[in-house]
Amino acid sequence: MISLEEHLLELRASGRKLLLPYVTGGYPVDEWPRLIEGFASAGADAMEIGIPFSDPVMDGPTIQEASSIALANGSNPQMVLDAVSGADPGVPLVAMTYYNLCYRMGHKRFASSLVKAGMSGAILPDLPLEEAGEWATEADEAGIATVMLAAPTADDARLEKVCERARGFVYGVGLVGITGERAELSKSALSIAKRLKNLTDKPVIIGIGISNPEQAAEVCEVADGVVVASAIIRRMLDGGSTDEAIEFVAALRAGLDSV
Amino acid sequence: MAVTNPAGPTMGDPDNTGRFGRFGGRYVPETLVPACAELEAAFKEAWSDQGFRDEFEETLREYGGRPSPMTECHNLSKELGFRILLKREDLNHTGSHKINNVLGQALLAKRMGKTRLVAETGAGQHGVASATAAALLGMECIVYMGEVDVKRQALNVFRMQLLGTEVRTAMSGSRTLKDAVNEAMRYWVASVETTHYCLGSVMGPHPYPWMVREFHTVIGNEAREQCAKLLGDSNPVPDVVVACVGGGSNAAGIFSGFADTDAEMVGVEPAGGAAVGRQVPGVVHGSLSYLMQDEFGQVQEAHSVSAGLDYPGVGPEHAHLADIGRARYESVTDTEVLDAFQLLSRSEGIIPALEPAHGLAWMVKAKDELAGKTVLLNLSGRGDKDVAQVQAILDGDPEALSTMRP
Repeated sequence: MISLEEHLLELRASGRKLLLPYVTGGYPVDEWPRLIEGFASAGADAMEIGIPFSDPVMDGPTIQEASSIALANGSNPQMVLDAVSGADPGVPLVAMTYYNLCYRMGHKRFASSLVKAGMSGAILPDLPLEEAGEWATEADEAGIATVMLAAPTADDARLEKVCERARGFVYGVGLVGITGERAELSKSALSIAKRLKNLTDKPVIIGIGISNPEQAAEVCEVADGVVVASAIIRRMLDGGSTDEAIEFVAALRAGLDSV
Repeated sequence: MAVTNPAGPTMGDPDNTGRFGRFGGRYVPETLVPACAELEAAFKEAWSDQGFRDEFEETLREYGGRPSPMTECHNLSKELGFRILLKREDLNHTGSHKINNVLGQALLAKRMGKTRLVAETGAGQHGVASATAAALLGMECIVYMGEVDVKRQALNVFRMQLLGTEVRTAMSGSRTLKDAVNEAMRYWVASVETTHYCLGSVMGPHPYPWMVREFHTVIGNEAREQCAKLLGDSNPVPDVVVACVGGGSNAAGIFSGFADTDAEMVGVEPAGGAAVGRQVPGVVHGSLSYLMQDEFGQVQEAHSVSAGLDYPGVGPEHAHLADIGRARYESVTDTEVLDAFQLLSRSEGIIPALEPAHGLAWMVKAKDELAGKTVLLNLSGRGDKDVAQVQAILDGDPEALSTMRP
C-alpha cells in the first residue's frame, strides 16, 4: 500500500494543491459514511475521519456539536472504524481523535484497528511531541502515519523537531486558537506555512480557521494544502444536506485548482 | 518513556517530564506547549527567589489572613470516641483554601507580564478566589462555570461579578466543572500570549499539579507546627490526616506537611466521583491520572451533591500516592455527607462546606477504626455557600434532591 506521505508528495509533484476535508464519524447520524466517497469524488486528496471524544479541547462549537450529536446517538470508535472499513474512497483516510481513546484501547490495538479499517494515519491533537514517543513508535511499526501539529507559538527549533517526527504531512495550525470558521484568513496561517515550508520537504497542510474556497486558495499560495472541517460540518448543522456538503467540497476543490 | 525517580522523597518534585511515578505529564495541544514550558521556567525561577517567596508569604498573611488556626473539637471528639483536630482553612479570606493557590499564581502571572487570568470553577470557591486575586493585583479575569453550577451557586456568581470578573457559562457536556475546564482551556489556547490560566487544582499539564501543590504546602507546614504545639513533643504528629479529594488541592496541601511522617493519609472522594477508587488510568485536561471513563475512553460525568467535587478525574500525584500505598482513598455517599454537614454544625458551631464534610463523613463511618486515635481533618472551606442548597434538600425540594446520589 502506498503511504500517506508518498501519495500526497506525488500529487504535489503533479502541481496539485491538496484538499483534506473532514468527516465526523457519526454525524449526520446514519448518512455520514456516504460523505467519504462523496468527498473523494468531489476532489478530496485525503480525508480526516473524526472519532468523537467527550472532551474535545481543541475544537470549537461546530465540531463539538457534531461530536456530541454523534455520541448521543451511540457513536463509538469501533462503530466508526467498522463503517470506514466498508468505504472505498480511493484516497487515504486519517483518523482524527483525542489521545485518551487511543490510550484506553492500547497503542498497539489502536494502531492495528486503524490498519484493519484501511486507514493510513492518525492525528491526536492533545499528544504533543514530548508525549508522542510510545504511540508514534507503535504507529510507525504498524504503518500508520502520525501527523504532528505545528503551532504558530513554537520557535523554529521546536518546529524543526515537530517536522522531523511528523509522518504523512505536517499539520500547520493556522491560528492561535481552536477549530472554527473565521471571516478572514488569519495572518498567522500564511506565516506558519512559510516557516514550515522553509523547514521541511514533507507536505505542509494548513488547518483551523480555513473557511471558504477563497481562504483555501490564499493559504495555498504558500502551503501545499488545507484541512477544512468546521465550514463543512456547519453547513449540515444548519440544515444542509450531505449533497450540499459534497458540493461545498467541490467548490473548495475549484478554489484550490485556481491557485 | 517516563523517567521515574523511585528513590525521591514522597511528595518531592516531579521528574523532568512532569511525572509523579507513572502519572502526570503534559498532554496539551501543541499551541500550549511553549506556554507550559514558559510557566514551568518562571515558576522554578520565582520559587527559588527569596524575594518572591517573601512577597507571597506577606500577601498570604496580610491579605489572606494566614496562618489559619487549628481547632480541637472537644464535643465531637467525645461523641465519636477519638481526638479530632481541624485545620481551619475555612477562616481564610474568601472562605476556603483556594486563596493560597490563586495568590501564588496571580503574583507569578503578574511577574511574567500577563495581564489577564482565566479560570474554571465548580462550586465557585476557586472562581471567587481568582476574581479576588485579580481585583487585588489589577488584572482582568474571566471565569468559566458550568450551567448546572451557575444555578446551584448563584451567590458565588454574583460575588465574582461584584469583584469585577466576567463569568461565562459553560453550556457543553455535563455543564459542570469538567466542562468549565474544557472551556477555560479553549479560551487559553486562543489567548495564550496575554493570558495566564489560573488552574484551581493539582491537575492539568505540568507544571500545574506541582506548582499548585507548592502554593498549598503552607497548609501542611502550618498544621505540622500547630500539631506539634498542641500534641506535645512525645507524639507531635496526628495518627491520621484526612482531606476531601475532587482534583485534590487541599489534600495535597495538608498531606505535604505529613508525607515524611508515620501519619496515615486518607483522601475522601464522593462515591459518584471516585476516580482513584475506580483505578482506571486515562488522559484528560493535560495529564495522565485516574479517570472515570467508559470502556471506549469517553470521560464519564461525576455526580456529587458538592459542586466542588463534581469532577471525574483527580490530580496525578494522588494517583501516585495511591499507587505506592502512601495514601489511601475512601469514598462516601451524598447522604453521609449531609449528615456530617449537620453534625459539625450542631456539635461545634462550625458550618463546613460540603466538600470537607466528605472528610468528616468518612471519619464518622470509620469511627471504630479510629477509636482512641488523633485525627486531623483539613476543613478546606466554610459552608455559607452551601446552606441554601442544603436547606432545599432537607425541605425535600425535588430539584435540590435531584442533585443527590444516595
